[in-house]
Amino acid sequence: MGAKLWILVGQATWQTLVMVFFSTLFSLILGLPLGILLTVTSPEDQGGISPRPVMNNIIGRIVNVLRSFPFIILMILLFPLARLILGTSIGTAATIVPLSIAAAPFVARVIESALKEVDPGVIQAARAMGSTNSQIVFKVMIPEAMPSLVSGVTLTIINLIGYSAMAGAIGGGGLGDLAIRYGYQRFRGDVMFVSVVVILVLVEVIQMIGNRIAAKMMAKR
Amino acid sequence: MRITLKNLKRSYGQLHAVNDVSLSIPSNTIFGIIGKSGAGKSTLVRLVSLLEKPDSGEVYYDDKRVDNLSKNELMMRRRHIGMIFQNFNLFSSRNCAQNIAYPMEINGYKPEEIKSRVHELLSLVDLEGRENARISTLSGGQKQRVAIARALSCRPDILFCDEATSALDPQTTSSILDLIKDIQKRMSLTVVMITHQMEVVRDTCKEVAVLNDGEVVEQGKVADIFSNPQNPVTKDFLSRLLGHDERTSRVYQWSHQKGSYVLRFPGNVTDQPIISQLSRKYGVDFNLRAGGVQVVDGEEIGTMMVDILSPDETVVPSILKDLRAQGVIVEDHHGS
Repeated sequence: MGAKLWILVGQATWQTLVMVFFSTLFSLILGLPLGILLTVTSPEDQGGISPRPVMNNIIGRIVNVLRSFPFIILMILLFPLARLILGTSIGTAATIVPLSIAAAPFVARVIESALKEVDPGVIQAARAMGSTNSQIVFKVMIPEAMPSLVSGVTLTIINLIGYSAMAGAIGGGGLGDLAIRYGYQRFRGDVMFVSVVVILVLVEVIQMIGNRIAAKMMAKR
Repeated sequence: MRITLKNLKRSYGQLHAVNDVSLSIPSNTIFGIIGKSGAGKSTLVRLVSLLEKPDSGEVYYDDKRVDNLSKNELMMRRRHIGMIFQNFNLFSSRNCAQNIAYPMEINGYKPEEIKSRVHELLSLVDLEGRENARISTLSGGQKQRVAIARALSCRPDILFCDEATSALDPQTTSSILDLIKDIQKRMSLTVVMITHQMEVVRDTCKEVAVLNDGEVVEQGKVADIFSNPQNPVTKDFLSRLLGHDERTSRVYQWSHQKGSYVLRFPGNVTDQPIISQLSRKYGVDFNLRAGGVQVVDGEEIGTMMVDILSPDETVVPSILKDLRAQGVIVEDHHGS
């Protein structure tokens, strides 16, 4: 593999990192409030502190529909949105839009399940002390759920690495794009191999960092 | 703070968890509410502590009705109610000092104020210098002490203890109970103890209400109830306390023909040799199956379970009469 190809691999890795970083950020911005909303509006016996059955049902349904959508089709459907926001539907930046939206419902469920793990007794105690609902969420539930939240975010990032590789296939750039264009279409097995290895390493490193942070948090308890 | 409950009712579907409970809990005292699991204790404490609204009935703190407060008023009122739980319910993400600080944080105390109060509270509960301790490193008793400090941080006028010692071993239980008694006196608190353990009531409470199937079946001064229980549920609790429930009594009972009697010797009666006097007088044998002396609210109450063995059955009624004349409370379990 020549120097030119290595430069391509470097560029593609950078593109992947950019896509994953921003789509993680935006999917958290979208998914975190949704996850909190899903938790607080759920029925009381499931840890809801302000049950709103109708609202919970509607948000839950939307999240489920978005989650069960095949990603590649969702991306195509969201091209117009990307064009609206960024003026283009091709390139790394444009891919961030569908990636964020595709990951947001996943993030919402991850956040929801982490928050629901918080001991109901602890929430009851906070309520008995006269906490407001937002104090319960931000001063009790989120800090108590932090280790599982970190694991959830780790999982999201890893999922997004996978998604970003797929997004590459339809013009997003990054390692997935490289693997398909050079590795598959030009029969460059070496490029394919290197791209896949880089993706594997990324996943491994992120999983390790996530585990370390979560473990450190647990050790402080 | 005096607490008055009027005709409280709360049901979940078909289940009447609390069914028409009226109680008056006097100010500045420790009041016990005892019941088996499923008797409605948890629901009752949630109603009294304003965590849940009753289907009907009223709750008063002093003369102010509190069950119908608005959401905001409720929240403000709760900030002056302390509550401790069976499972401590401490925040695992916070250390010792931060746990105690939480109610003050949400109440808008200043950081310096919080710091000095945390220090003060830690020494009150005998955990000086443990500010930075992680919750997971504390023993059960220490956790409950932190929970007590947290409950007291905003100077409440009422403290609810919901099975607060049920997860603790007997030694730790008595140290926690001593602490609660001490705090009650120092802070002139009204303490409501919800429990299924009669020894908790015996060791701490002035008055007690016995709850069964959502209803108060007996209530009054602890000393009176220990010396003269009326309701079968109360008697059952007391018998468990003495360790001669049916399982253990079978071990000691060698005469299956004769009936058994529970004799209770309140206060001054405890010192006299009544049994042996009667034994000589009537020429009968008393078979002691179980017994002991307990101190209830400063008063000694002796309890014995006996068989009366006599060739002549007809003397038994006169023996019982003699016992009653001397102030012994006799429960006839004959044939039951």
